[in-house]
Amino acid sequence: MADKNVSLGKELTKGIIKENPTLVMLLGMCPTLAVTTQALNGIGMGLATTFVLLGSNIVISALRKVIPDKVRIPSFIVIIASFVTLIGFLLEGFVPKLYDSLGIYLTLITVNCIIFGRAEMFASKNGIVASACDAIGMGMGFTLALFIMGSVREILGAGKWFGMTIPAISETPMLLFIMPAGGFFTLGVIIAAVNKLSNKKPPQELGCKGCPNASKCGGKCGENE
Amino acid sequence: MKDLMIILLAAMLTDNFVLSKFMGICPFLGVSKKLDSATGMGIAVTFVMICATIVTYPIHHGLLVPNGLEYFDTVLFILVIALFVQLVETMMKKCIPSLYRSLGVYLPLITTNCAVLGVTVLNIDNGYSFLQSIVNALGAGLGFMLSLVIFSGVRRKMEYADIPETFKGVPATLIAASIVSVSFMGFSGLFS
Repeated sequence: MADKNVSLGKELTKGIIKENPTLVMLLGMCPTLAVTTQALNGIGMGLATTFVLLGSNIVISALRKVIPDKVRIPSFIVIIASFVTLIGFLLEGFVPKLYDSLGIYLTLITVNCIIFGRAEMFASKNGIVASACDAIGMGMGFTLALFIMGSVREILGAGKWFGMTIPAISETPMLLFIMPAGGFFTLGVIIAAVNKLSNKKPPQELGCKGCPNASKCGGKCGENE
Repeated sequence: MKDLMIILLAAMLTDNFVLSKFMGICPFLGVSKKLDSATGMGIAVTFVMICATIVTYPIHHGLLVPNGLEYFDTVLFILVIALFVQLVETMMKKCIPSLYRSLGVYLPLITTNCAVLGVTVLNIDNGYSFLQSIVNALGAGLGFMLSLVIFSGVRRKMEYADIPETFKGVPATLIAASIVSVSFMGFSGLFS
């Protein structure tokens, strides 16, 4: 029993730092870059994604013996899209401001590689409790990455943090950081910093593991045959 | 005619899907290593975007709106796109094998490309007519191809650059993408 608790704890914490989906496994780049002009939006997006990930991981794990292998990709997509629709309703009803600022990227959670990747790699092979822990851990890791991105961009680009004005920077904020170009730049520097701190060989390639089509291209999407 | 032109150029340049809307970042970083794969992916995405728009527009306006089921957009659109890509792949393999050999490898990669779902949803959100939607999809696809082709040139030069160890790989690529994105900022305000 003790062993089981240890492994559940590992599933829960591995996503936050060691296998952080965005900064280490390089999955789900689109929302990471798109909604992080403010720290608050980053957290909102992270929590919305965590909700969808938790729901889809639980349902997929519960149905893993029912879904035939051949139609698993469409089945996963339908389950994920249903949860995205649900969170869309919830946010529209309770936090309309966040709903407006996330806009189309809320719909695009459906095609976030993190969710599909966890369904394919973890939930379809493990039990419900482990899958739920995995989802919470990965979701928190994603939220943390988005929060860091959002904080850096909001502080440098607007001279604010959660709407509070920061005296020294707010007089001459570097507007570039809240523009698209600043998003790419910030993410590049943060990933480099994570590489430096974790002392590991920098990733040469994007995380193809989470791509639902990795089985077809063998993770060699970019290379010629 | 003029408004169609504006939609086309705006989707290509000012609202470039990759560099200002951050859609389709994965293929942008993954497939932009060589010029020919970048072109192939660009053509395949443009083709699927236009076809997906042609299929999803009637579904939304003919099937979902009359029945008050607009909220099924996401579920239905992603399914239709996935089915459609499979269909195109099978048909292309059978009927135009030469085209399949050059584009076929990219087709399965597009199903979960957020740019394709993004363009179909944006067409509905912006309230475009059928023709405007198709032009918007064409512009988005061409813009995607443009950024991929430009970036493949940048990455070829980067292969010879002496990059610090921690920045090698993805971080350096992202910073290069940021500079390409700055150059696209020059188009902003061109159409309003």
